Amino acid sequence: MTMLREKSPERIPAPQVRRSRRKSRAGFFYVLPALVVFGLFLGYPLLQTLQYSFYDWDGLSASTWAGFSNYFSVFTDAALRDAFGHALVLMLFYAVVPIVLALFLTALISRANRLRGMGFFRTVLFLPQVISSVVVATIWVSIYSPDGLLNGFLRMVGLGSVTRVWLSDYSLALPAIGFVGTWVNVGLCLVLFLSGVGTIEPSLFEAAQLDGARAGRQFFAITLPSLRGQIAVALTLTVVSALKTFDLVYVTTSGGPGTSTTVPAFEAYNRAFTTGQVGSGAAVAVVLTAVIMIVTALIKRIQPKESG
Amino acid sequence: MRLSTREKVVDYLILTIFGLTALVPLVGVVLSAVTPPVENHGGFALPSRIDLGNFGAAWAEGRFGQYLLSSLLVTAGVVVLTTVLAILAGFAFARLRFFGSGVLFFVVLAGLMLPAEAFVIPLYFNLRTVGLTDTYAALILPQAAQSLGFAIFWMRNQFRAFPTEIIEAAKIDGARDLRVLWRVVVPPSLASIMTMCLLVAMWTWNEFLLPLVLVSSEDHRTAPLGLAFFKGAHLTDYSLLSAGGVIVALPIVAAYVFLQKRFISGMLNGIGTR
Repeated sequence: MTMLREKSPERIPAPQVRRSRRKSRAGFFYVLPALVVFGLFLGYPLLQTLQYSFYDWDGLSASTWAGFSNYFSVFTDAALRDAFGHALVLMLFYAVVPIVLALFLTALISRANRLRGMGFFRTVLFLPQVISSVVVATIWVSIYSPDGLLNGFLRMVGLGSVTRVWLSDYSLALPAIGFVGTWVNVGLCLVLFLSGVGTIEPSLFEAAQLDGARAGRQFFAITLPSLRGQIAVALTLTVVSALKTFDLVYVTTSGGPGTSTTVPAFEAYNRAFTTGQVGSGAAVAVVLTAVIMIVTALIKRIQPKESG
Repeated sequence: MRLSTREKVVDYLILTIFGLTALVPLVGVVLSAVTPPVENHGGFALPSRIDLGNFGAAWAEGRFGQYLLSSLLVTAGVVVLTTVLAILAGFAFARLRFFGSGVLFFVVLAGLMLPAEAFVIPLYFNLRTVGLTDTYAALILPQAAQSLGFAIFWMRNQFRAFPTEIIEAAKIDGARDLRVLWRVVVPPSLASIMTMCLLVAMWTWNEFLLPLVLVSSEDHRTAPLGLAFFKGAHLTDYSLLSAGGVIVALPIVAAYVFLQKRFISGMLNGIGTR
């Protein structure tokens, strides 16, 4: 800072001139430390990922130029195509089901913000959000185990014939993982929507009631339109978390049985660090990043302008 | 507006059902952690006796003492580094005009949505080249970089809302920008800075991919990473696994229970921008 002080002339009468001249450099120096960390550990590697994705490289020997072949394989390689397909299925469980469920509940309890004890429910419903996904994964591994909670419950209600080893079942392992996402996200969506409902003018509901509008009509005419911002936020968070799924798959199934639960993030990691296909892993990472950016931008469009 | 009794009953019923759905797996894992291993088949049965020995066994076999210490060091490092850098940068973006500020802020914003997959692959090879893999620095610096997008955005919003008159008054009294920032602007913003610290601490504590890729020795494993490897070694010992899970989750859950208002409002305001 001393250097800067010396450079700026000390006694210029007009304070505005002095301030703006000093600011034009000082501001940059405030941002610089953050930019260095940001650039070295995020920005530069990001560009390198792009570069890697155009090479065939096993991580050890020399790399060879691969052109767009790593990107073509995202569409042609069955394993990779499946991984992106699985991400779509997860979106259903992570985003669509929790949002629809939470909207339905919000319709039923649309004025619940005025309930006593709401803070307690908010705390409890939000709890799965703060627990490490690795812990969540180990909890659900136990629930889905042969003698676990789910099979025990099914036997208890007389559905013993449907019991199975959920995470080893080719067709049900992916939905089983998806349901964990539903469990994590439904509370988040509900809390978001209830907080949005809390800001709606109560007189709107009263007027609608006087006009003879039933609960269903009130929901579609008042509640749903007012929740557009919250729905956009919930959609962004849940869809992105579905696309980013890694920890849950890594800990519960490692992509198995077979390749029935692989997801893009897992493929990117696996290719780069276990099977020695760094370029291919990088291409998957680039495509995944692009998809996340595009989806986020699309969802932003349904957000009302004033909230950003 | 008063709610009718019927409406209240329905509301409480629904909230209770969903509250229970959220709680049952969590209570179950605590029960499972205190069930003697021979009785534990993964189901959440009430244990015949409470066996706290599982925690000791998990602690010793799973080296959770070491992992918690690593997590603590990494989390503290990331929070301190991110906070200092984000306060400086956030202040500049909010209050100082400088060449390229618009472009630079856009770059920082773009970092908000980046998944770790987008940069972790080269990061591993870069850090290996300079001999930084398997160090705390390898865990702290990239995690701080990942947190900075959110933290800078958060601090900029906070500082933009700060009353201009107070800053102007301090300047007329002869204070320079840096002094204005630390003595005048930061103290009243502490609540908001605290919320940011909590969120960054939580994300750092729970992060899995970065530690998985960037450290390989047991000495630097963070708690979630330790649990994942512990799970690989004790596939069906549900008592030990649950005890490990409780040990890893407890610090954040405890913080959450005490500071839940700050967590929830921070997440509702903050994650919307992530």
